[in-house]
Amino acid sequence: MSNLPTELKYAKSHEWIRQEEGDVYVVGITDHAQESLGDVVFVEPSEEGADVEAGDAASVVESVKAASDIYAPVSGEIVAFNENLEDSPEAINDEPYDGGWIFKIRIADASELEALLDADGYQAMLDAEE
Amino acid sequence: MTQQTPLYQCHVDMGAKIVDFAGWSMPIQYTSQIEEHHQVRSDAGMFDVSHMTVVDLHGERVRDFLSYVMANDIAKVTKRGKALYTAMLNEQGGVIDDLIIYYLEDHFFRLVVNAATRDKDLAWLEQQAAAFSVEVKERSDLAMIAVQGPKAIEKALQLIPEEFRESVLALSKFEACEVAELFVARTGYTGEDGLEIILPNESAPDFWKALDKVGVAPIGLGARDSLRLEAGMNLYGNDMDESTTPLVSALGWTVAMKDERDFIGRAALEQQKQAGVPQKLVGLVLEGRGVMRAHQKVFVDGDEVGELTSGGFSPTLKNSIGLARIARDSASLGDTVEIEIRNKRIAARIVKYPFVRDGQAQI
Repeated sequence: MSNLPTELKYAKSHEWIRQEEGDVYVVGITDHAQESLGDVVFVEPSEEGADVEAGDAASVVESVKAASDIYAPVSGEIVAFNENLEDSPEAINDEPYDGGWIFKIRIADASELEALLDADGYQAMLDAEE
Repeated sequence: MTQQTPLYQCHVDMGAKIVDFAGWSMPIQYTSQIEEHHQVRSDAGMFDVSHMTVVDLHGERVRDFLSYVMANDIAKVTKRGKALYTAMLNEQGGVIDDLIIYYLEDHFFRLVVNAATRDKDLAWLEQQAAAFSVEVKERSDLAMIAVQGPKAIEKALQLIPEEFRESVLALSKFEACEVAELFVARTGYTGEDGLEIILPNESAPDFWKALDKVGVAPIGLGARDSLRLEAGMNLYGNDMDESTTPLVSALGWTVAMKDERDFIGRAALEQQKQAGVPQKLVGLVLEGRGVMRAHQKVFVDGDEVGELTSGGFSPTLKNSIGLARIARDSASLGDTVEIEIRNKRIAARIVKYPFVRDGQAQI
């Protein structure tokens, strides 16, 4: 059973999003996602200042197995990338909800959050996939 | 319906993540692929390779048969127990499979072939064996466990009955002996010292659990692939197949053509040599950031010259490495080429491989 903090919102594409301050939100991938990717060995930096639409690829995570796009769960401007991942990509495996965050986004329209899943909804989706 | 090896339940009990590999339910990893990789490089690990096929050949003319069917020359093997790595070619010089041959008795040789090629290998062997009155017998009653790493032999030895330990310790590389019901070979696919042990299916689970007790950790297929890539060993289906000859797959050293021996594929290889071998397989180390993967394109001065046949992350070098088949004259050792990774061109250097041997980085 993977770890799913209840205070987060989740995208069907396995990202989580958490409000940091005001309209700035932090994005990472779920415990379930890091578990299925396997050991992460490289994370392609998100482009700071880029405007993205919800569903656009904002980063790429390379694991021992494969490369996976990381999508923006909401539309907005990328305002930061977790530079610690350059030297310690394994933080995504070790602390997916914490030190393994990937980028920060300034949300354009907070109502987009309503389209995301809560922890129960995300868990139900995972259960249905099995 | 996927097949299970006799060790399937052991894998599940040890918490393995199971995947379908060539029709077999096999462990891809137990804990972390990178940790398992380091375990083999620094200590000892065990792999279930029971999905591979053991084929016994019996017959008075078995040497003549092997001499004709294999690209390497069985005549090189004169001592009982000695092994030979070879490709088995079709008439066009394409690689049907790569395999190991063990010389057990004058009229008895053993082959270990790949799982994914089992059906066509057996069909081909049967077809060619008829003319030599050689019996081709698949040994599906046998399992196979590879124990690899600098401490592998020392640890595995504890499971060998005392009266046989000396003969196992006396094995040179690429040599095998039979001890009680075990067939023990000093071979492997990791670039480390170690043993590959063939044993009856029913004995395999207890042997596996006993290895675990003496500190040999279970290793999944994920780490098996990164270990063999660091060791610069070809993977059938990736680095060579029926559309490529050994000459374009860095396997020229396994083809014995100096004398007049007639073997299947020889004419095609001679023709290819005469016309000029068009491509070569080279080792690559990524200089920029990212991970190389099989089928990514290789560029020199903007021209596409070939593609990766294997690629991945090297836990030992902490960098991406790969093998690529490129046009023969497009680049040489030490040159920098470009790899197309998701629409970006990233620099990589052509290097001599193996990348890692006996735990030591060679790059």
